Amino acid sequence: MSAPFLKIDRLSVRLRRGGEGRLLRQASIAVAPGEVHGLVGESGAGKSMIGRAIFGILPRAVEVIEGAVRLGGTDLFTLSDRERRRLVGVNAALIPQDPLTALNPSKRIEAQMTDRLTRILGLSAAEAKARALGLLEEVQIREPARVFRSYPHELSGGMRQRVLIASAFAAEPRLIVADEPTTALDVTVQKQILKLIAEMQRRHGTALLFVTHNLGVVAKICQRVSVLYAGKIVEQTDVATLFNAPAHAYTRALMAATPRYDRPEESLAPVRPEVIEALSQEIAQTDNIWAEARLAAAGRRA
Amino acid sequence: MVEPRPLHRRRSIRLWLGAAWIALLFFAAVFAGALSPHDRLAQDLMLQTLPPAWLPGAEPGYYLGTDSLGRDILSRIIYATRPALIVAIVASTAACLFGSLLGLVAGFFGGWADRIISRLVDIWMAFPPVLLSILLVAVLGPALSSVIIAIAVIDWTRFCRVVRAEAMQQRRMDYVDSAKVAGYGTLRIMAREVLPNVLPAIVVLFSLEMGIAVIVEAILSFVNLSISTDDPTWGSMIAEGRGIVHQAWWVLVFPLTCLFLTVLAFSQFGEGLKERFDPVMR
Ligand SMILES: Nc1ncnc2c1ncn2[C@@H]1O[C@H](COP(=O)(O)OP(=O)(O)OP(=O)(O)O)[C@@H](O)[C@H]1O
Ligand SMILES: [Mg+2]
Repeated sequence: MSAPFLKIDRLSVRLRRGGEGRLLRQASIAVAPGEVHGLVGESGAGKSMIGRAIFGILPRAVEVIEGAVRLGGTDLFTLSDRERRRLVGVNAALIPQDPLTALNPSKRIEAQMTDRLTRILGLSAAEAKARALGLLEEVQIREPARVFRSYPHELSGGMRQRVLIASAFAAEPRLIVADEPTTALDVTVQKQILKLIAEMQRRHGTALLFVTHNLGVVAKICQRVSVLYAGKIVEQTDVATLFNAPAHAYTRALMAATPRYDRPEESLAPVRPEVIEALSQEIAQTDNIWAEARLAAAGRRA
Repeated sequence: MVEPRPLHRRRSIRLWLGAAWIALLFFAAVFAGALSPHDRLAQDLMLQTLPPAWLPGAEPGYYLGTDSLGRDILSRIIYATRPALIVAIVASTAACLFGSLLGLVAGFFGGWADRIISRLVDIWMAFPPVLLSILLVAVLGPALSSVIIAIAVIDWTRFCRVVRAEAMQQRRMDYVDSAKVAGYGTLRIMAREVLPNVLPAIVVLFSLEMGIAVIVEAILSFVNLSISTDDPTWGSMIAEGRGIVHQAWWVLVFPLTCLFLTVLAFSQFGEGLKERFDPVMR
């Protein structure tokens, strides 16, 4: 296995005015070139926070309290804003969750795709245009020239997501973070888009961090997976192990609640009571640990 | 697939009627000299309060009649488009630039910048606008420039509030983050990414503001606080006509109608623009 391109080390993030409550608790993730790493967890677990931390677009209300994010060995938090933006801009791209708000409604697709290329890679306008058109073809858009001239509202959700995928791959980044890229789409389109992302990733050899709350998707396209719960990575393993021998109660509960593409009959089975029991115990335990930590901290302060 | 754009082509009657009247006003203002049949200032006591052309006792050539000093009403109405439009354009532009800039800063940056600007707007809006404008012009002295300053000073808050709300909404959209990821700086994101999406709201408001400016100018003329020469404004004509409305209704009714249509045209034009922008942008 080659050295990881993305390496997140014990990253903790909290609200600036939120007391001890943490949104990420010492989360560590490594993604190697050409690898697809799944990041699963329920809504609010902090999946998007991890993505945002990589790109330096955390909400203002949120601050990093410990840890590092390394791209190709460089710790992003040690760079100046300008250097970080440049490094991230060249090496990483984001496929966002909501294809409607991820494109600027008042700019044509052409400008949105080529501006980045001319700016980040220093391509000439003609080169950027050719590259962007080529990428639109690669994501199976039938009339690239016409889409190029369109405004976002003139495109369907699936088309917009294709445009965003093309944009993400256009600068040949070494890392792509896809944040639930299919959630906002209807089911038939979801499958196409998923397949497309997997194909593009393989062809370009990109490291891909794939955020989802769907374990079926993880089974399909990921090699490794991290299960996030309340900002803590409770299980991190390769996909085969995860499905054959899930170590953590929460993972098992998550699995029981997920419809499975590979064994559809199993997804109809009801969640077993002992799984729910195990999960609630786990949650109670975690809560206890935090409460103890809080008490200890209070004790130290007193 | 690429979807058709039906809303782009939908005709909007209010938009075009409003635009037509506004265009007519501009035409009248520019070519006032050629269009008016008589000298707007010429008094003739032989021609006092002549009725409009279609009533008995009318004098040929005085289409809308004359006022109590024998001045041609049509010519005066045509010339009065000049102060009306100058005030509408200059005052609205000033209010728009100042208010939009502050609104954009407040909405885009949030935090303490927003708190200071929002508080300022709240304080400003606590003053009753008509009283404040009369007070301001009384202090600055009656002149067109005073009227313009008064309107801009009072009405920038309208732009500030709307632009702030829009910018706040835009700031949360993912494309702003994408622009940051692409390495663009804050200023460039504000000016090139967010502003174009706020612009429709600004344009609509600008049109509405022009209507408001015309009314305020008329009110200030009516209470004799606008331009002090004999040059006609709709407001001063209305004030003159009010006293003799029972003997010569036309002296009041024609400038009043003009004022009404103009204000209506600006507001309908603005509303029409809003209709046109909304389904596209949302
Ligand atoms: N701007 C913000 N200010 C304060 N808290 C926030 C902000 N954005 C998110 N949070 C909180 O951070 C936590 C993690 O949010 P995050 O968006 O990372 O969840 P997620 O795992 O991506 O969920 P989803 O599947 O719904 O996208 C949540 O509890 C959320 O309430
Ligand atoms: Mg999310």
